[in-house]
Amino acid sequence: MTSNVPAIEPDYLHAQTNRKGIGAWIFSTDHKRIGILYMVSMLVFFMTAVVLGVLMRLEMLTPGKTIMQPQTYNTFFTLHGIMMIFLFIIPGLPAVFGNFLLPLMIGAKDVFFPRLNLLSWWLFITGGLLALVSLFLPGGPADTGWTFYVPYSIRTTTNVIPALFAAFILGFSSILTGLNFITTIHRMRAPGMTWFKMPLFTWALYSTAWIQILATPVIGITLLLVVVERLFGVGIFDPNLGGDPVLYQHLFWIYSHPAVYIMILPGLGVVSEILPVFARRTIFGYKVIAYSSLAIAFIGSLVWAHHMFTVGMSNTGMFIFSLLTFLVSIPSAIKVFNWIATLYKGSIKIEVPFLFVLSFIFQFSIGGLTGLMLGVLAVNIHVQDTYFVVGHFHYVMFGGTGFGLMAAMHFWFPKMFGKMFKKTPAIIGWLLMTIGFNTLYFPMFILGYLGMPRRYYDYLPQYQSYHIVSTVGSWILFIGILVIFINLLISLKKGMKASANPWGGKTLEWTVASPPPVENFHEIPVVEKGPYDYSEYEIKPELIK
Amino acid sequence: MSQHEEQHTQHSIGYGRYILIWLGLLAFTGITVTLAGIDLGRWVIITSLVIASIKSILVLNVFMHLKFEDKMFKIFVLVAVATLVIFISLTFFDYAFY
Repeated sequence: MTSNVPAIEPDYLHAQTNRKGIGAWIFSTDHKRIGILYMVSMLVFFMTAVVLGVLMRLEMLTPGKTIMQPQTYNTFFTLHGIMMIFLFIIPGLPAVFGNFLLPLMIGAKDVFFPRLNLLSWWLFITGGLLALVSLFLPGGPADTGWTFYVPYSIRTTTNVIPALFAAFILGFSSILTGLNFITTIHRMRAPGMTWFKMPLFTWALYSTAWIQILATPVIGITLLLVVVERLFGVGIFDPNLGGDPVLYQHLFWIYSHPAVYIMILPGLGVVSEILPVFARRTIFGYKVIAYSSLAIAFIGSLVWAHHMFTVGMSNTGMFIFSLLTFLVSIPSAIKVFNWIATLYKGSIKIEVPFLFVLSFIFQFSIGGLTGLMLGVLAVNIHVQDTYFVVGHFHYVMFGGTGFGLMAAMHFWFPKMFGKMFKKTPAIIGWLLMTIGFNTLYFPMFILGYLGMPRRYYDYLPQYQSYHIVSTVGSWILFIGILVIFINLLISLKKGMKASANPWGGKTLEWTVASPPPVENFHEIPVVEKGPYDYSEYEIKPELIK
Repeated sequence: MSQHEEQHTQHSIGYGRYILIWLGLLAFTGITVTLAGIDLGRWVIITSLVIASIKSILVLNVFMHLKFEDKMFKIFVLVAVATLVIFISLTFFDYAFY
């Protein structure tokens, strides 16, 4: 493998372009700059949605009114959901780290369609701004929840149409990113990089991209049909006009359940990338992990109706979707078991990204297992639409993907910005986040089991103690997030210079300078080994004797 | 003749063929509309889907030139079509078993 370290040319952060100032960024077709653009915009939406979440939790501190009116609470949980899902988690790992790392990891100079890549970001920003504008238009912010369920979304007088259009535009951004990644992986791998020499994060991005392309158009059409129904009164979903509201739910979840895998698959890829580096050990079961990404993408696309067990589906339908839900847990478990096996007998080095990965595995396992509980038809009927579901998906989405994103941010921060972050504050931030997260979301399982419905503004007094614990957890988590981000921001300015390969990674991005030069590689590398060759750390059998 | 032009010549289909296919598509639309007025019971969905599939195949192959593309593109489109078939079939586990 050729070393690309001694780069004298300017890095992508300081390279001269035709445009100056912000124009050099927002019109750049460099995949690395586009990745950073996504990161900045996405984190702004993330922090806004976090604040909304903290305020919602504060409202739930006491029964009845604490700080806001019921209608405000409805718009808050809608906005929190729309922002977190469409503007943070879906684009989160693929658009930020996928864009930045995919060409570097496969030994390419850029993605296959650089201009289309920039268009994706512009669509993302347009969709995000439209969602924000909808808050201030006459009529008030949408109050339907992020699911836009009919018939309510057809009848409410709030600004549902701009919010639907925003989601529609964001969908296009996602489709174009997926298209770009699939083409890049098929066409631009460096010589010698066969499919089974690709890093596992790339496999995860590949699987995710297929879901983005195949499932996103379904939600696009569905949301447009709701707009058509609202504007022209065509009976598609509204039963009063001869429509079928359950059909809406099918169409919505045909996209939105696979979307869960758009959110989590790259997170699983991040874990597979980080673990071998800090365990100093070749990943256990490389091929199975790669295949399990494809299996999750495929089976995960077929389980959508488990969100609808209480709408009155046919028994056959319920049985089939329950069975498929159980099947999807197999490839997920394969990953977890292989990660644990990778740690076994590894030469583990505890660093911040590794700590986030450990939290990820613990929390994702709880999220996954409670998902199986929800897949059981009888249990599902008891806990449907309760806090149990809220706890479950936050354990997967935040405990999994969110922590995966934090792990990725710390792992690739030196590569992206050429600076090291301060370790102690990062560890404090990780500890606060892990404690805060579990304090916030674990009581929700108990609350849900006891019957506390989700999205309710008010509750019975017997639930209050759990709500208090949960709200205190939200404060700890919020402080943890602040510590993490402030530390990273300070490190951007004052951090020590990072070497090309501070963690001892073996994938191609670690062979170029930190931050990488504009063209990534002096010469396109020739790949001869697999991505996780840590054989130098293995104890030779002759030494054991 | 450049490679691109050569490929273009190979792909060209006469206007007559295009018009014929277009008339065929119109005819299929006519059949769909006519069938909508006849009570075919459970067959109504199947006939509609079969007609829609034939129309899609014609559009993809002729108007979108899939017929002349690489095997890779054909496989990719096939994956998309297969996904759609699976989505529709699974949805019918709900609707068809009442």
